[in-house]
Amino acid sequence: MKREWGILALLIVLCALVTLLNPRFLGAANLQNMARLTGMYGIFSIGVGVVIITGGIDLSVGSIFALLGIVLAISLTEWGLPWPFAVLLVLSGAVALGLFHGALVTRLRIQPFIATLCGLLLYRGMARFIANDESKGFGAEGFETLRFLATGTVFGIPMPLILLLAIAAVAWVVLERSVYGRYLYAVGHNREAARYSGIRTNRVVAGAYVVSSFLAGVSAILLAFYTNSISPSTHGSFYELYGIAAAVLGGCSLRGGEGSVAGILVGAALLQVLQNLVNLLGIPSSLNFAVMGGVILIGVALDSILKRRRELRAREIELAG
Amino acid sequence: MQNKDGIDRTNSRVPLLQMRGITKTFPGVRALDGVDLEVGRGEIVALVGENGAGKSTLLNILGGVHQPDSGRILMDGREVAIGSVSEAIRLGIGFIHQELNLLENLDIAGNIFLGRETTRGGFVKLLDREEMERQSSGWLEKVGLRLHPATSLNRLSMGQKQMVEIAKALSQQARILIMDEPTSSLTVAETNRLLALAEELRARGVAVVYVSHRLGEVERIAERAFVLRDGSCVGTLEGASITHDRMVSLMVGRKLQVPSGVSRSRRGQPLLRISNLRTRSRPEVSVELTLHTGEILGLAGLIGSGRTDLARAIFGIESALSGEVRLRGEKLQIRHPVDAVRAGLYLVPEDRRDVGLVLPLSVRENLSLPNLKSLSRHGLVRLERESRYGLELCRRLNVRRSSLEGRAAVLSGGNQQKIALAKWLGRDPQVLILDEPTRGVDVGARSEIYRLARELVERGLGVLWIGSEMEELIRICDRIAVMHEGVISGCLEPEEFCEEKILRLAVGPARRSSPPQPPAEFLS
Repeated sequence: MKREWGILALLIVLCALVTLLNPRFLGAANLQNMARLTGMYGIFSIGVGVVIITGGIDLSVGSIFALLGIVLAISLTEWGLPWPFAVLLVLSGAVALGLFHGALVTRLRIQPFIATLCGLLLYRGMARFIANDESKGFGAEGFETLRFLATGTVFGIPMPLILLLAIAAVAWVVLERSVYGRYLYAVGHNREAARYSGIRTNRVVAGAYVVSSFLAGVSAILLAFYTNSISPSTHGSFYELYGIAAAVLGGCSLRGGEGSVAGILVGAALLQVLQNLVNLLGIPSSLNFAVMGGVILIGVALDSILKRRRELRAREIELAG
Repeated sequence: MQNKDGIDRTNSRVPLLQMRGITKTFPGVRALDGVDLEVGRGEIVALVGENGAGKSTLLNILGGVHQPDSGRILMDGREVAIGSVSEAIRLGIGFIHQELNLLENLDIAGNIFLGRETTRGGFVKLLDREEMERQSSGWLEKVGLRLHPATSLNRLSMGQKQMVEIAKALSQQARILIMDEPTSSLTVAETNRLLALAEELRARGVAVVYVSHRLGEVERIAERAFVLRDGSCVGTLEGASITHDRMVSLMVGRKLQVPSGVSRSRRGQPLLRISNLRTRSRPEVSVELTLHTGEILGLAGLIGSGRTDLARAIFGIESALSGEVRLRGEKLQIRHPVDAVRAGLYLVPEDRRDVGLVLPLSVRENLSLPNLKSLSRHGLVRLERESRYGLELCRRLNVRRSSLEGRAAVLSGGNQQKIALAKWLGRDPQVLILDEPTRGVDVGARSEIYRLARELVERGLGVLWIGSEMEELIRICDRIAVMHEGVISGCLEPEEFCEEKILRLAVGPARRSSPPQPPAEFLS
């Protein structure tokens, strides 16, 4: 839990700092925009975090946005599918991709990094091929329901944030209270010991990839309508890295077994504040990535130092025997 | 005339090592409280005590891992400060840890010279393999290991690796060798070889500090035994007064009630019948074994005889190639531990830290892990039920209830073992396979595990007890099966129990025209 508080403190300090330097930070439009982006990024970050808790990684998310975004656009505008069917198509496609990753990782025992890296390349290529490397869009009118989910607000709160909070609540219950959540952490900490306890570890791990792809599918729909036009070669590029960054900032360990929904949420919000800060403080936007990388590095390094201290103390107690 | 420190005696009479009034406190724990230890040149000194008595802390102070809060350490009568592991090595203190510090991917010479490789070629510093191998050969000879120094470590048995560690320490001019539970994973023959080596080293003037739960070994080789309890030295035994009973009574501070062979249970119906079982590691042979209700069936054998492979096959970790497992006459299809667990067939693995427990999780979470389905509703864990469940198991096994929320990693070996066992108890076991359940476990927890196993079989379960300490098997088992190279070479009834018989079966049939040989696996 300590980690989440630390990152939350960092978030608050950053917000205060930016507000001091540029009060427009707290303007309604700016806050709303940040909240919308946090919502969209947060949803898939939770999925990536779940995979990281099992000790794996999911690099395919960004390309899934492109592939499913293109599929969504084509099925709505060219095939004229009713929107519920198109959504169903996209989400079941996402689940299928997750099952595919899960099978690669558990059945064929391909390392998650490699399996999902191949996914990253494969889906990007498929998206570009299907779309003939042309942008696909939804036009200015129509599809109001889906448009509302991505761009609408309720009492001033952007829909993606509301969706994120709902998904986070479910994810929290699953991770903290459910049997599956407990299995996830056990498998993440020590897969063999979990197997010796009679847990079907393959299913647990494969399930995490399905969750990740499914949430990527949800994000893909929101992102598609947020940008309203999908250019298959760049849409969603690097997004997997935002997800990983949010999860790691929020306390997920790439060794597995550690991480929480609350931490991932704060991590996702922090990334958006950093993006925003670059704009508001007049920092050249070319430095965008550098600022983000620098702050993440500082946060993670600080945490690593504190953690080492704690562990040294704990180890001394253990050795006291 | 001595000065008040007693340092200035005639030089040859000064002990090699003196530790005086060593005190060490960790947050919340006083690990050592004014402990004195003295080791003479070429003396074998044993350090015994239950887990948590402070042995490891004392050794770690001597080995430079920890610094004492107060107290003095003298070598050759001169006060020294052992600030780090490398300083300890420089002072001639060699520490053979229970978990060996060797690199599996290097060869023997590479391990012995790790970090101080001999080089040639001036500026570019090429490894001088020939020189390292030449010197290594000499050290290997001194420990009686007839292997080429270029042999890769991963081809060595545990006992051989231990010898490499000792050779390494000797090559660093060690004058005191600390051996922490050196025999806990050795076969009988390897143990004998190690004890003989300790005596050879003594003759050459190297002192040995020997730490072991196996009191028989201490009895055999130690000239002096320091008994620790709760961080204090509660007694020093010398020579002939070093006996099993006296050590144990000092260790526990009361006379231990050892279950003697009298209270054996009545053997019931066949419970688990294994026939024609072929494991992946020994596909050329098959195993036949029957476990009855109400019995503790011991499974003896040398390390590498296939006992653990058999257990893993029965439990579905590495499913068997062929054969039948019947529980109460009913045929089981076990392809995954889930299948075994569903049938009420549980394994407490020998490697409790690696696979028996998920160390970073709390004791409560470890206890409920195999049993979450029954502690949950609609897929959600019912936390208050889970806590009550954990407390109940802690009570049954005499584990402090305050440890329930702590990480399993911080428990002592004995308590970890109890948790690894307890996690199955709530699931209504039929058959419990215990693989080396008392290895590295303190005397108190041991007798607790004996009591529990007996309790369980009296309720009609069957326990398959894989063990390497024959004395222990004889004392607690109702029948002892012995394994040799993947097959059951014999099964002994109580009236036939004796160490020699077990050993003969474990070693295998005598070779023609020669009396039973100790296993040849060790020196080769």
